[in-house]
Amino acid sequence: MSVLGFLLQTIRIAIPYLLAAAGGVMSERVGIIALGLEGLMLSGAFGAAIGSYYGGNAWMGLLGAVVAGFIITCILAVATLRFKANQVVVGVAINLLVVGATRFYLRLAFDSASNSPRVPGFGGEGGGMFASFSNPLVYDGLVALPALAWLLNRTPFGLRARAVGEKPEAVATVGVGVTMLRFKGLVLSGTLAALGGAYLALDQHQFTDGMTAGRGFIALAAVIFGRWEPVRVGIACLLFAAAETLQIQLQGAQLVPSQFVEMIPYVLTIIALAGVVGRSVPPVALGKAE
Amino acid sequence: MRSDTGTEIAFRRHLEETLLPPLVAIVVAMVVGDILILSYGQSPATVYRLLIDGTWGNAYGFGQVIYKATTLTCTGLAFALAARAGLFNVGAEGQLAMGGFAAALAGLALPVGTPMVVAAPICAIAAMIAGGATAAVPGVLRAKFGASEVIVTIMLNFVVLALLNYTVTAHLHVPETLHTPEMHAGTVGRLSDSFASFHGSAANWTLIAAIVAALGLWYFLFRSKGGYELRAVGLQPDAAEYGGVSVSGVMMRAMAWSGALAGLGGINFVLGYKGYYEEGFAAGSGFLGIAVALVGRNHPIGILFAALLFATLSQGGLAVNALVPKQLVDILQAVVILAVATAVPEVQRQLRAAAASVARTAAVNGFKTKAKS
Repeated sequence: MSVLGFLLQTIRIAIPYLLAAAGGVMSERVGIIALGLEGLMLSGAFGAAIGSYYGGNAWMGLLGAVVAGFIITCILAVATLRFKANQVVVGVAINLLVVGATRFYLRLAFDSASNSPRVPGFGGEGGGMFASFSNPLVYDGLVALPALAWLLNRTPFGLRARAVGEKPEAVATVGVGVTMLRFKGLVLSGTLAALGGAYLALDQHQFTDGMTAGRGFIALAAVIFGRWEPVRVGIACLLFAAAETLQIQLQGAQLVPSQFVEMIPYVLTIIALAGVVGRSVPPVALGKAE
Repeated sequence: MRSDTGTEIAFRRHLEETLLPPLVAIVVAMVVGDILILSYGQSPATVYRLLIDGTWGNAYGFGQVIYKATTLTCTGLAFALAARAGLFNVGAEGQLAMGGFAAALAGLALPVGTPMVVAAPICAIAAMIAGGATAAVPGVLRAKFGASEVIVTIMLNFVVLALLNYTVTAHLHVPETLHTPEMHAGTVGRLSDSFASFHGSAANWTLIAAIVAALGLWYFLFRSKGGYELRAVGLQPDAAEYGGVSVSGVMMRAMAWSGALAGLGGINFVLGYKGYYEEGFAAGSGFLGIAVALVGRNHPIGILFAALLFATLSQGGLAVNALVPKQLVDILQAVVILAVATAVPEVQRQLRAAAASVARTAAVNGFKTKAKS
């Protein structure tokens, strides 16, 4: 396998991580723990399949993903912002809810327990090295985190959003609505994560049950490993994706069991949290939406 | 007299605060269930009747409920113990799998013919040690380095499951399967051995271990010095530290014991049902334990009831699958969690507001009486 092939496959694998991790950074920087990323991604994948199937093209799929992500985000926001429910519990519940709901509606819409029929995606049917690159989400994914860095560091919204995640009282004192700001952050976060899921469904031209397969948690790992800084988080996503690509390409060689490669993101994140190589310090108000 | 009414009011308030959220949650879940069932073109009454008939309506269904409730009790207790110390153990999934794996290994290591009364406790202790050791990692990282136990437990789930997957598929599995060889000793009898009507259900005597664990946790939390310290750390760590409690020590112990309880849940499948460890047996039971603890309000006795509720839903899903997709119950379980999680702070706020208004009225009345005299 060539270097180019390796790079292209790494990017292909990294796109859902990049999009979801951008969502994770947004959510955590406004102070809401991003445990629901997995569920948001899965809802996006399902919404994309529904939209693409009934709308007849992949753009309707994107719309479907955004709508599905928004619905789940609203549930998340009402629970955490309006009712101040515990964010860890809500995150876990959101993930369970989406797994159940996608399976339920999979049977309702397509009368199948495991997958949707083939749905339109972007680009042609043929394979080839560049097949995935006709998907606009690839470019969205690549710019998501740099754009988020600009949004957070260079715009009034970003400044306030960061402040809300660090010291919400101070933001409230100057007359900015904390809850509304957090809600906007969550909507952006949910949209990004849902698009990450949509990429999976449109890339594979169908929705399969549980197709996100833990990618939301890898994205969360990247957020923490990248210390909540968009560009670092992006590098973490690419790193995790490169490890995965290497494992896929070396599968025949049997050098390292695949399970050990799977562990890399999680182990690195635990080490980072323990502060062995540069301490990860989360936003101060994370998890404390009072 | 006065103090009696005081405690009475406090007790009633405590009761409301404890029982209202789960009741609200069940009502909300039933309404959502109605809507989903109607959207599928079925009658809610028929579906709910089928759900009850298929679970509590016959001995087999009830046995399955008991079987599922046994594991859920353990993972629920695990979450509750950590939660009482102010910690979130979201890693019961991995700890449960580790516990089951260790129990299966212990059963393989024992010589054939070891009597059950000796072998089963050894396997159970192995399960607790394995689960406890797994959870001790996030406990230590939290206590010593301040690393969020939420994230570490979640990440550790994936690490543990990948490790077990590697160990089993690469070294220990019976060819063509995803499980370890049959244990030499340690398996526990099923309820159906003694009560024939349970025939076919997986309910087994490890159930007693779960009940003992619940009673033991109750005694520890509410009747022992260690439990008092643990709850103090959960409510007010700074005050506890000032009062001479080692907060970091309590945190580490709480996580380790929490993992031990989750690990204990593994014997239900391994000792009581299959007699070996199988890939994926823990899937879902860890996260549902959070739901069980939440609905049981982190109280061991409440958890026993909540485990029965969630086990009923799980088993009931299979019973109604002919009419509506069994995933209906997955949605309902998530709705129950969301509803309890939102109702708890809301009920607390309402009760606090009510108490404040009562106090205000009393103060005003007191002032008026004083002014008159």
